Amino acid sequence: MTIEIIIQAVISGILMGCIYALIAAGLSLIFGLMGIVNFAHGEHLMLSMFFSFWLWTLLGLDPIFSLPIVLTILAISGIFTHYFLIRFILKAKMLVQICATFGLSVFLRSLAQFLWTPDFRNVKNPLIEGRIEVAGIFIGQPQLFASFVCLLSFLFLYLFITKTETGLALQATAQDYQAAETLGINSNKIFALGWAIGLGCVGIAGSMMSNYFFIFPDVGINFALYAFVAVALGGFGSILGSLIAGLIVGLIESLGGLLIDPSYKLLYVFFIYLIIVIYRPQGLFGK
Amino acid sequence: MIDHTNLLLTEAKQESLWPINFKFIYIIVIAIVILILFPFSKPQDFHIHLMIMVFLYAVMSQSWNVIAGFSGQISLGHVVFFGIGGYTSSFLFIEYGLTPWIGILIGMFFSIIVAILIGIPMLRLSGHYFAIATLLIGFSFQIIFQRWDLIGAASGLWIPLIWENSWFNLQFHDSKIPYYYIFLTIFILTYLFAWLLYKSKIGFKLRAIRDDPQASASLGISVSQYKIIAFIISAAIISPMGSLFAQYILVIDPERMFSFEISIIILLIVVMGGIGNVWGPLLGTIILIPLSEYSRIYFGGTGGSIDLLIYGLLIMIICIFRPEGLISLIPNKLIRKIKV
Repeated sequence: MTIEIIIQAVISGILMGCIYALIAAGLSLIFGLMGIVNFAHGEHLMLSMFFSFWLWTLLGLDPIFSLPIVLTILAISGIFTHYFLIRFILKAKMLVQICATFGLSVFLRSLAQFLWTPDFRNVKNPLIEGRIEVAGIFIGQPQLFASFVCLLSFLFLYLFITKTETGLALQATAQDYQAAETLGINSNKIFALGWAIGLGCVGIAGSMMSNYFFIFPDVGINFALYAFVAVALGGFGSILGSLIAGLIVGLIESLGGLLIDPSYKLLYVFFIYLIIVIYRPQGLFGK
Repeated sequence: MIDHTNLLLTEAKQESLWPINFKFIYIIVIAIVILILFPFSKPQDFHIHLMIMVFLYAVMSQSWNVIAGFSGQISLGHVVFFGIGGYTSSFLFIEYGLTPWIGILIGMFFSIIVAILIGIPMLRLSGHYFAIATLLIGFSFQIIFQRWDLIGAASGLWIPLIWENSWFNLQFHDSKIPYYYIFLTIFILTYLFAWLLYKSKIGFKLRAIRDDPQASASLGISVSQYKIIAFIISAAIISPMGSLFAQYILVIDPERMFSFEISIIILLIVVMGGIGNVWGPLLGTIILIPLSEYSRIYFGGTGGSIDLLIYGLLIMIICIFRPEGLISLIPNKLIRKIKV
């Protein structure tokens, strides 16, 4: 095993990690805001991949250009999810909350299977494809571009939450929504906004991944699992934590696959999850 | 909260453990007699199959009800014990010719060991953390079994056919009726057991833990011990169903025996019927399993997603309007009359 292979693994781990981080950020934001884990997160990712696939197949729009459209569709579906489902279960028992989002995930996945069959599809001849070689190390261009976009969206998300007034209102609601309501913040709108942003993140990630990933109804499950782990690792509700945790998960996955056995990737990630939640339940960066 | 826990415990002390309510027992006995006589009405094979599936899922969802409904731990990877049960009995039969009846017991034993091994580190987790960890465990087991060459890896195990019906080998090729009676027996025993468990001291302690772990700990209930007990009981209930299901279909593979879908379906059944209620899982099964079997007929093999589509929709509706499940639609008066 040469040093190049290890560097190769590290780089592909980081590139994948950026995607996990953005998916996890959406999950983390929603959890931090209202204490609900979106078990349908992977299915939303799958939907966004399908949307950009169909925009490419039917309208010939490359995933890069259809990104704003997919982002908007996902954000609107986030608002819909809040108004038609989450709004009613905010005060329900945790079991009901888990089952409701779980039910949504089952519904979306089987809807995709029903509408589009379980076939594997991919975007043929996208604008960005191929790979570049730097000192004997190969980097896939779509992957590189995807992680660049993900990091950029992360920056925007961070600036939005910490610098704008709406972002501050979001933070206030996350801390104590009743207190925020007395200050004139409409918590219901903020929750809907949280869902819009959370699923918007997924929309960006899915749209970028449709460039180089197979698209099929079950594609979301694995990403959702990694996102759950990343969120637990970074601390539920911590946006910055999920960036670092996403990168760690990506690195563990690719290095574990390289050094031990690639078919057990999920097991390494799961092992890390178990250690973290048992010894540091608040995550690496949680309060 | 403490009041509530106290109330449950005093209730437990006052009520006799064996309430005799003849009206209720009559209903149960009549139902059982009808179920025993059902094969004599010369039903189609499909109807027998449908009943077997109903019994299978009724027991599996009761197992999930014990862990999630009684003790409040939401396990999303419960299929693990189903798979272990199925694989143990099939492997022992193929390799050593051991009768599946003993294989079932050994499978239960392994499931209990795994339940303890999983349960101990997971005791510290609660809520979302527990649910996510069990989800990951379910997928991890599937991955391990898919790569495990000894037990056929991804292609699975084929139980050798023995061309004569035999109770010893638990194989019947002429008709499904013997399977029907086996599943029926397990079904009755499981529900009897769950009912007794619900009324027992353990049952009350588990519900106290579910409602308020800290208050129950302050009352001297060993929370972690009882959580493990619930996990063990639940694993022991579902594991034989894996073995029997393997005998019923005779070909098992990790895709089927560790299918994420099974974990989902038993969760949906329990939530739909009424979680934490002994009869909730039965009600949920009676509604959902025929729905899925019939949709498979009308929409063909790939129609497998139609039933899940409807399940998902129904479960969201239930969560919004009836979080206690459909069993709460039965008027209280009626429940009090046949109160168990």
